[in-house]
Amino acid sequence: MKVFEKPTSFYPRFERKGGPHKETTHYCPGCGHGNVHKMIAEAMDDLGIRERTVFVSPVGCSVFGYYYFDCGNIQAAHGRAPAVATGIKRANPDSIVISYQGDGDLAAIGTAETLHAANRGENITVFFVNNAIYGMTGGQMAPTTMIGQKTATTPRGRIETEHGNPIRMAEIISTLPAAGYVERVAIGTSKHIMKARKAIRKALTNQVENRGYSFVEILSVCPTGWKMDSPDARDWLLNEMTQVFPLGVYKDDAGERENEWYRPVEPFVPEKVDAYFSAGNFEEADEPIKLDKSLQCKFAGFGGQGILTLGLFMAQVGMRGKLHASWIPSYGPEMRGGTANCSVNLSEARIGTPLVDRPNVLVVMNQPSLEAFEKDVVDGGTILIDSGIVESKPDGDRLNCILIPATKIADEVGTPKVANVVMLGALCAATGAFELDFVEETLRAVVKKRNLVDMNITALKRGYDFVRNGG
Amino acid sequence: MSETLQKADPFIEIDGELCKGCKLCIDVCPKTVISISDKLNGSSYHPAYYLGHDCTGCGLCFYACPEPAAIRVVKP
Repeated sequence: MKVFEKPTSFYPRFERKGGPHKETTHYCPGCGHGNVHKMIAEAMDDLGIRERTVFVSPVGCSVFGYYYFDCGNIQAAHGRAPAVATGIKRANPDSIVISYQGDGDLAAIGTAETLHAANRGENITVFFVNNAIYGMTGGQMAPTTMIGQKTATTPRGRIETEHGNPIRMAEIISTLPAAGYVERVAIGTSKHIMKARKAIRKALTNQVENRGYSFVEILSVCPTGWKMDSPDARDWLLNEMTQVFPLGVYKDDAGERENEWYRPVEPFVPEKVDAYFSAGNFEEADEPIKLDKSLQCKFAGFGGQGILTLGLFMAQVGMRGKLHASWIPSYGPEMRGGTANCSVNLSEARIGTPLVDRPNVLVVMNQPSLEAFEKDVVDGGTILIDSGIVESKPDGDRLNCILIPATKIADEVGTPKVANVVMLGALCAATGAFELDFVEETLRAVVKKRNLVDMNITALKRGYDFVRNGG
Repeated sequence: MSETLQKADPFIEIDGELCKGCKLCIDVCPKTVISISDKLNGSSYHPAYYLGHDCTGCGLCFYACPEPAAIRVVKP
């Protein structure tokens, strides 16, 4: 006995759906989504994958996928379904991830995500329901709208020279080497529907067998948006749309790829992340460092002077001293020569914001930075200036000013690049917040270029001595 | 499977309350054994109904129907 009936991968009743009708979809009469949903649910039944399937719904009429499919469901931001699907699949490589999207979602706002997921060969299945119109928002022109097709936003029909041409996603995606299987089918006659059913099953089977990225474009109908009755809409689909969007298999490399696109994940271990970022590879102080007051530091200068690194060293000294620490950079697009600054907070208490608007310590290594930030320093704050570079003097009555020819000292040590560390030494001496030995040990742990450690230590001590002993 | 069922004819069950009257099942039926009702259902659609005989159980109406549960086809 053969029974054709509602697949069990649908909920028995659509309880999540609002309103009184809990057994019908929210789709208009004759909508193609219903057919596609049914075929996906049937394939999920037959492949036995419901328990491990995650259905990613798009924005569009099919936004409510989670009303219907009795599996894992996530509704993605507009166009981002393949990105969300990537995350789910990478984190759970044994899940079966379906990215179900319409033409506005996949081929307009989500074009980038679509292409890059395909280009990475994500082991996911994308069902692209193309009905050549924005259905949910009221029948506006979509990227796949046909030339001459009248929509709410193309009342005289789509014009090539004004609106461009309907975009052919299956063709585009088939050019990407990592895409495994790309086919375009249609919800037209029974014969077409049966072909679509086969393509849907194949695309899901590919994923079950880890054959990589599968993309099935399903030409569908929008009787409401097209202002046609359902049988006429199916005729228009077959007579008109298939001319512009030819049906067929555009690519099928999946056959040779069994298990090739399985990306296993190792369990998440925080220590691995620390090791990756080289954080925590120093021994912390036994007791937290005591601060007279929290340090709100601003470091500013030219890009390339090591300003951001200086801030990082400072934050790492604080971290090693069991203080709360934050570091946040601000810089232009230039890798060298632009202006750069960073803000560092060190505190015994938790830090509310990493931003420093009113520093109590300011380190400036060029003239524009002094002009930009001097006024922000709190009364009685400390300001350290590279006197070999900065010409003007700050307000000595209001601020504790320390002038140090840091770059010149650094040059004597061996390279002007360690001027930032000279400043670090000067800063330690000026604030008295940290022991020199402690800072030295920290530098030994965090300086990445091991052959430059000694030069950095020399620079540190020179800066410290300059402030403590006047050179 | 019982002797009776084996010999029984295929049939279509259409839930008139779930049908939205899109007529796609009528369009695809090779035997023209589905028709549209004169009466309105609770959702104000004219639902399709099975004429009651000559169904071959091909299932094409099931796949043409966009509603998950409106049509059930049994081929004993």
